[in-house]
Amino acid sequence: MSFRRIRAVFRKEFLHIVRDPRSLGMALLIPILMLGLFGYALSLDVNHLPAIIYDQDNSPASRDLIQAFQGSTYFDVRSVSGDYPSIEKGINSNKIVFGLVIPPDFTRLLEGGNVQVLLDGSDSNTASIAMAYVTTVVNLYALERTAQRLDQRTGMHVKPLTEAQVRVWYNNDLKSRNFIVPGLIPVILMIIAALLTSLCIAPEWENGTMEQLLSTPIRPTELLLGKLSAFFVLGAADTVMSLLAAVFLFNVPLKGSLAFLGLSSFIFLFGALSWGIFISAATKSQLIAYQVGLLSSFLPAFLLSGFIYAVDNMPTVIRFITNFIPAKYYVTIMKGIFLKGVGMKVMWLELLWLTVYAVIIFTLAVSKMKPKIA
Amino acid sequence: MPEPDAVVIDKLVKRFGTFVAVDNVSLRVAKGEIFGFLGPNGAGKSTTIRILCGLLGPTSGQATVSGFDVATQPELVKRSIGYMSQKFSLYGDLTVEENLDFFSGIYGVPKERREERKSFALRMANLEERRGELTGQLPGGWKQRLALGCAILHEPPILFLDEPTSGVDPIARRSFWDLIYDLSAGGQTIFVTTHYMDEAEYCHRVALMYKGKVIALDTPRAFKQRLGAKSMEEVFINEIERQEAATA
Amino acid sequence: MSAIEIIGLTKSFGSVTAISKLDLAIAVGEVFGLVGPDGAGKTTTLRILCGLVDPTEGQTRVAGFDPVKQTTQVRDQIEYMAQRFGLYQDLTVEENMDFYADLFGISDATLEPLKLRLLGMTRMEPFRNRPAGQLSGGMKQKLALMCALLHKPAILLLDEPTNGVDPVSRRDFWLILEDLVQGGMTLIVSTSYLDEAERCGRVGLMHEGRLIRCGSPAELKKAMPGLFWEVEPEDMRATRRELEAHQGIWGVKPSGATLHVHASPEVNVSDWMTARIIEPSLEDVFVAVVTAEEKHA
Repeated sequence: MSFRRIRAVFRKEFLHIVRDPRSLGMALLIPILMLGLFGYALSLDVNHLPAIIYDQDNSPASRDLIQAFQGSTYFDVRSVSGDYPSIEKGINSNKIVFGLVIPPDFTRLLEGGNVQVLLDGSDSNTASIAMAYVTTVVNLYALERTAQRLDQRTGMHVKPLTEAQVRVWYNNDLKSRNFIVPGLIPVILMIIAALLTSLCIAPEWENGTMEQLLSTPIRPTELLLGKLSAFFVLGAADTVMSLLAAVFLFNVPLKGSLAFLGLSSFIFLFGALSWGIFISAATKSQLIAYQVGLLSSFLPAFLLSGFIYAVDNMPTVIRFITNFIPAKYYVTIMKGIFLKGVGMKVMWLELLWLTVYAVIIFTLAVSKMKPKIA
Repeated sequence: MPEPDAVVIDKLVKRFGTFVAVDNVSLRVAKGEIFGFLGPNGAGKSTTIRILCGLLGPTSGQATVSGFDVATQPELVKRSIGYMSQKFSLYGDLTVEENLDFFSGIYGVPKERREERKSFALRMANLEERRGELTGQLPGGWKQRLALGCAILHEPPILFLDEPTSGVDPIARRSFWDLIYDLSAGGQTIFVTTHYMDEAEYCHRVALMYKGKVIALDTPRAFKQRLGAKSMEEVFINEIERQEAATA
Repeated sequence: MSAIEIIGLTKSFGSVTAISKLDLAIAVGEVFGLVGPDGAGKTTTLRILCGLVDPTEGQTRVAGFDPVKQTTQVRDQIEYMAQRFGLYQDLTVEENMDFYADLFGISDATLEPLKLRLLGMTRMEPFRNRPAGQLSGGMKQKLALMCALLHKPAILLLDEPTNGVDPVSRRDFWLILEDLVQGGMTLIVSTSYLDEAERCGRVGLMHEGRLIRCGSPAELKKAMPGLFWEVEPEDMRATRRELEAHQGIWGVKPSGATLHVHASPEVNVSDWMTARIIEPSLEDVFVAVVTAEEKHA
């Protein structure tokens, strides 16, 4: 193994990167684009659910209920003087998520009466959250009224028997951004690494430079390490960029150790880059390498890493598959460091898996790089 | 009435930044002539040819090909020339015949003439038996003949050949030059660059280019007589060394 | 000791036999020229010697190592210059040279003067900061050669190194090569310039995957049957046609401004026109042998 040859490849590769505005642009723009897109636009928080209330009763009791909705930041009551057509129109035109219909005999029927909730179920996620919120508000209201009645009738002061005392640990204000951004970094790195490196060996075959290169004393491992380290610099720059954006732009609290963050990012990046090189060496064609690189990095990292979609909710088979997605471990680590501030003691297993993955893929890539042309 | 010259170059200059690739070149090529363009690598031969083909604009000076100005009428120039570049530019994954059909279409050969032109090109290039083969699998010399065949489909009065025989074995080169002679005998003008000095001997006249300038222009015989040289190879080496001694 | 030993080498690509039962030994310090028509198997032979392609059958030894199994040891001993331009188009001339110098482990102290010498010799000094992609075809070849000559391998394999290179530079290259051979290097070069083959100690003529002739240029010429005549005609084509019509004329080949006529010993060309007997050039031999082969086939 010659350090000098590795350095020579590193330098050369770096020159290629710097001179090709397309790949350099891609490497720097993708993180910015994705951070902007997911950090700002994607929010899983359900706030300000727009609603129209059709109050047929128009009584102090119904106004109390309306007050409960208007007073919550979870709802945005657009109108309290709606009717069925306006609710239907509102739901059809996506202006509101639900309509609340208070019947004319609400006050009278209060002891056994119902209110009607008309819900837009086309976005099931939002609908189910909205349903839960509405039910809670109505139940609370009903509970209070019942207690009042009992009070009035018996003079007894009634309190609910059990009440859940909720304390949210980690991400106390339950902001989804705090959970998205740390998980986004692995996705970004996976895409960048696999895409860029998948384009780094195929051109050597297509341009005929591989024949010349292979006839020199360079060993396949040296060639791979040289290329890997050049792209590593790029990947590291992307990592730092994303981390800075997470902490300073999105104000995600960084609670854990920077050293552990660096170490795990290093190992993950090494594995992701090796994967790209493996693809590139195996396909020998830029076009195919690009497509395979995109498919095999973006989709799994996005869908199966637990970045957005909780792994625990997936069917058993898919859940099993996620064990082979390195991004899953890195996402767990990132969220752990950022939100929980936990480190090696808790996440050594994830780190170990990342390492095992990186070593296996790198070995595979080396074995694919035969010093032969045919 | 004397026929107009096929190529007229007048004080042609081409600069790339500060680099002068073609430096005040003037020359004329008569119709039907095989005109050899020699010189060291980087002397400006390919650049000159690209300007004459309307692929590059000149910095200053004038050039006409078949009477058309290369700077202002490049489309008309392109219609009257065939160009074969150093780099093999046919489609390796198409068959011999498909390549010919493709270029026939590109050059706008009239439909009723296409079959006739194709069979002429196949016959000329001696590729009739290999018409169905993939071009990428042909030996080098055959590819060059096919490239020439493609360049003459539209019966251009002037052919520009930029190192057409580079890396081709002697027998294939010989048959290639037989083709060039046939075309010239048929009245076509051939403007050719080469690094094989025996090929330079086959040209009617030869221009020697050095660092963007034409430093000598004559018939091979006159060149040899003047310098007392046995071959064009000797002429070339002597002339270039003299220039280098003068500029050093 | 042999620098290169090839025994019973065969290489097939699917149904196509690129090389068929090739036997060849090349001694240390030899300059061996490999010539033959396009597709004769020259490039494949060189690639097998570098271990870039594995043979279908047969044994090869390069500097005592087996290119199939001891690829890395072979690569430490050789330098190979591929026919297709194998350098980086977006890197400058100098950057390409520096890259290869690093791969070969050339010390900085020796690199600078060596670079200057090569750039001067190839007249490439003015272009040292130009990206390789913007060089002309011949200049690219020169760059590839310079990269190949950066280190002093035991065995140098060159696949048509002077394609598209002008005569002056070509001559200079051969001066450099002869220098290297003086230092004990073994040189194997495939070429389509037969005048270059004349400079080789021995020449192997390949045709359709077989080595059909092998020997020193003098031996090859001597082994030719018949006589070679030189004619200086006024009208080349007419004279050629006239000669080809005669009995006992085996071949007529233009050579510069003259015609070289290969004729049976019974024929006296000077009976018909001014002609003199000459020693054939390697090109004459090549054309005569290959044409005969193709007639048999």
